[in-house]
Amino acid sequence: MTASTPTAPPAPPARRFRASTFEPVSFFCTGLTGLATFLILAILALILGNIFLQGGAGLSPRFMFGNADKDMFDVASAGVWPMVFGTAARVILMTLFVIPIGVTTASYLTEYAPALSPFTRIIRGAVNNLAGVPSIVFGLFGLGFFISAVGGTLDVFLYPDSPKPVWGKAALIWASLTLAVMTLPVVIVATEESLRAIPLGLREASLALGATKLQTVLRVVLPQALPGILTGGILAVSRAAGEVAPILFTGAAYYMASLPQSLTDQFMDLAYHVFVLSTQSPDIEKTRPILYGTVVVLLLLTFALNLVAILIRARVRRNLRRLA
Amino acid sequence: MGLHRGHRARPLEWLAEKIILLISLTAILVVFLIFLFVGREAWPVVIGATNSSLAQEYQEIIPPEDFARVPPARLRQYLGLTRQQFEQMDEETLKDLMALRIEAKAQMPDDPDAELNTTEWRYLLGPHQWTGYDRPAYIWQPVSQIHKYNLVPLFIGSLKTTFVALLFAVPLAIAAALYVSQLAPPRAREWLKPGIELLSGIPSVVLGFFALIVMASFFQALFGYPSRLNAFVAGLALGLAVIPVVFSIAEDALTSVPRSYTEAALALGSTRWQAAWQIVLPAALPGVFAATVLGFGRAIGETMVVLMASGNASIVSGNLFDSTRTLTATIAAELAETVVGGHHYRVLFLLGALLFAVTFISNLVGDLVIHRLKGQLEGKR
Amino acid sequence: MKTLRARLLILASACLLGGSLLADITVRGSDTMVILAQKWAEVYMSQHPGVKIQVTGGGTGTGFAALQNQQTDLCNASRPIRPQEIANCIKAFGRRPKEYRVALDGLSVYVNAANPIRELTLAQLEQIFTGRLRNWKDLGGPDAPIILYSRENSSGTYEFFKEHVLQGKDFAAHAQTLQGTAQVLQAVSRETHGIGYGGAAYGAGAKHLHIKKDADSPAIEPSEETVVSATYPIARSLFIYVNPALEKGDLAAYLKWIRSDAGQAVVKDVGYYPLPPDARAR
Repeated sequence: MTASTPTAPPAPPARRFRASTFEPVSFFCTGLTGLATFLILAILALILGNIFLQGGAGLSPRFMFGNADKDMFDVASAGVWPMVFGTAARVILMTLFVIPIGVTTASYLTEYAPALSPFTRIIRGAVNNLAGVPSIVFGLFGLGFFISAVGGTLDVFLYPDSPKPVWGKAALIWASLTLAVMTLPVVIVATEESLRAIPLGLREASLALGATKLQTVLRVVLPQALPGILTGGILAVSRAAGEVAPILFTGAAYYMASLPQSLTDQFMDLAYHVFVLSTQSPDIEKTRPILYGTVVVLLLLTFALNLVAILIRARVRRNLRRLA
Repeated sequence: MGLHRGHRARPLEWLAEKIILLISLTAILVVFLIFLFVGREAWPVVIGATNSSLAQEYQEIIPPEDFARVPPARLRQYLGLTRQQFEQMDEETLKDLMALRIEAKAQMPDDPDAELNTTEWRYLLGPHQWTGYDRPAYIWQPVSQIHKYNLVPLFIGSLKTTFVALLFAVPLAIAAALYVSQLAPPRAREWLKPGIELLSGIPSVVLGFFALIVMASFFQALFGYPSRLNAFVAGLALGLAVIPVVFSIAEDALTSVPRSYTEAALALGSTRWQAAWQIVLPAALPGVFAATVLGFGRAIGETMVVLMASGNASIVSGNLFDSTRTLTATIAAELAETVVGGHHYRVLFLLGALLFAVTFISNLVGDLVIHRLKGQLEGKR
Repeated sequence: MKTLRARLLILASACLLGGSLLADITVRGSDTMVILAQKWAEVYMSQHPGVKIQVTGGGTGTGFAALQNQQTDLCNASRPIRPQEIANCIKAFGRRPKEYRVALDGLSVYVNAANPIRELTLAQLEQIFTGRLRNWKDLGGPDAPIILYSRENSSGTYEFFKEHVLQGKDFAAHAQTLQGTAQVLQAVSRETHGIGYGGAAYGAGAKHLHIKKDADSPAIEPSEETVVSATYPIARSLFIYVNPALEKGDLAAYLKWIRSDAGQAVVKDVGYYPLPPDARAR
């Protein structure tokens, strides 16, 4: 993903020069790099082909929306609805945290921050750094900070008499917050990119008409950047939906009889369920159709989101090119 | 960017601006908090304040019959209780705790190694002649009568899988980046780039699943090595996670080399390949290097793929076809079973802190290099 | 919850923040028992619609850690609790956790169906799993290396096997560590020279070896009869531990049900062995 680096403005399409002479070494090497490209795409196709061919057949409305409460390892009756619900709940909750913070940070960086101050550079450094922190470290952080420190403190004040912790345990809210922290850079980078694409003239026009800076940002700049913000949000969601390591200790449950009812409940999760089914199922051969089906649902979810994001981004870039 | 003097600042504007500034500090705050909270749990191991020595722990035994004779403060310290815990317990519970210590001592293995504090740095990093082993060895066996916390097998595991991943991913990704950015027809470029970037949309747990179910059997049938799950399979799957990272960054760096370079070369009669290989690639080399470094950071920090596909045996071996246990997989597999604040818990946080440090440095290096490269190229344009 | 004010405050914050005070039973621990626990939960909930039960695996060690960290109500364990763990529990909630025996299980040693070996002694198993014996031909099999499959160290099965078969020695470092019994079974069913261990309930795909206590004793097959009568050498009890302060209302009823005939019928369904009636009392 390009999330970790600021993207350069794309160069205008150059006219192609035809080399007049045929040169075998060049031909061979070009072919080689083309082959590498092809190989990557072929592997991608192979993985997707294998998964969709084996898992596509088992996909049915019953599987998607069926409950797992009968027996989640029984091929005939198992459904993934609780996992779909859990995954949706945690990523939606996550966007509630990450979008406001991410968009605000991006607006600060493009609209307010002095471009070359060391302070701005530190923020950027922190953002880039966050993008590279291993997901398991976020899991440790979620456990150490959100659950033990924040949740533990809440319990001390809110439920001093409760025999068991209410907030200081793995829960939907902590998993979402951990993921929000993890996907913050994704949102910031995508939003920033789209904010930069907005011509300076628009801002100048708004200011010249007497709008204040805040009004300009809120009513002129951000609405224009909406596709970019959307892209960022979608990329963050698709990244978060497939992550297991950060929610391993912060909220995912192996089995729950009912859907999570509150923020402090644990949840079943699609991605975690893939892990459970491939390593802890009672009979791997027998439950393989469920496993493949779950993977297909997960992939459909993340891929659909990714595809939408890529399309929006391509459009933003094309607009940008036109404006430039 | 942004204009610096708009309308006259009003109080509300001023406030809003400060709030925006504050919120944008979140990123810094989070990095700091990660550092603080992961580091805090690991710190006692770093400075050698943890003690896993069983012999020392149970050196002193006060039988429950002596309950009345021991001063309360002394008893509290002996049982390792906080003041609050101590005050809430009645005599019976305290006696019970005392009896449990005797029971625990009785179950202590009769082994000279029980004397050792295995969380000292020399046992974390150096080989030791453990009872029951033929020679000094690096052993990671945290759930054992003697907790053996040697980190070397895990380092080797992480490096092995990362090595395979980079060896597989970097040449492929860079060749593809060169093709897509310089050599492919512009029309093909439009869909090749998003196509390869789609690979980053496959969740790592799905790559792990694919490696475990499909790749492992396929490669074992192909090469016939004994361990089905090993560093090689895990590394290849890991490589699939690394390819989009390296590709994106390298492609980005190659694209940011001004067109005029290529055009000049072509005008002088070179082929497109020659221009790409001899002009563009050298100019963007720091970016390609940065892509590799960031790819390294991604590979060493990836968890689910290696947890599922590496076999998780903590062996010291250079053989890529042996099973292997990585830092990340160890944390993921073991953290849930540890007692909060215990030495196993702290050692796992130490692993997390090390990972954080390594990726922090590789990110920093990668970013600095890209930053400088961009500056140079934009300056020259 | 002593005064009305405190209760109102809790109620208000629960509504406000979504904190749930519903009668949830959380179960955590042994992977060996997770399928059993889930089945119990399913059956019980279908009979008692008001009760919600949540089950998580992770391993016995995980369960005890969660019990001490007060992250679970019930802890499933495939080995008895250790004194150190009892002490930690007392420190955490002031009481000894209460122990319930809930089922019996035999630990099987699996080999590939194509493996000619049919029986092994405990001493041979110890040598195999500590890495002293590395070739099947030393045991009278084909000339091929022994591929070891073990479990993640949070597993109670791992610890039980280590304690009772390896006599406390470390597993060989080259043993591959897998996350679940099913994975071990799958690996053994694919690897002709593999050997692994796990619950006797897991069955399909591999051969269960007959085990001899020592060279002179008879080889015994893991089955209900041999496990319940304790003639099979690697048999164990499965436990549930609970913080006694929480054992009231729904939770107490659930625990009682587990040890009733209805609960024990589920044990048999899943493939473990029910407790003989006289052993259910405690």
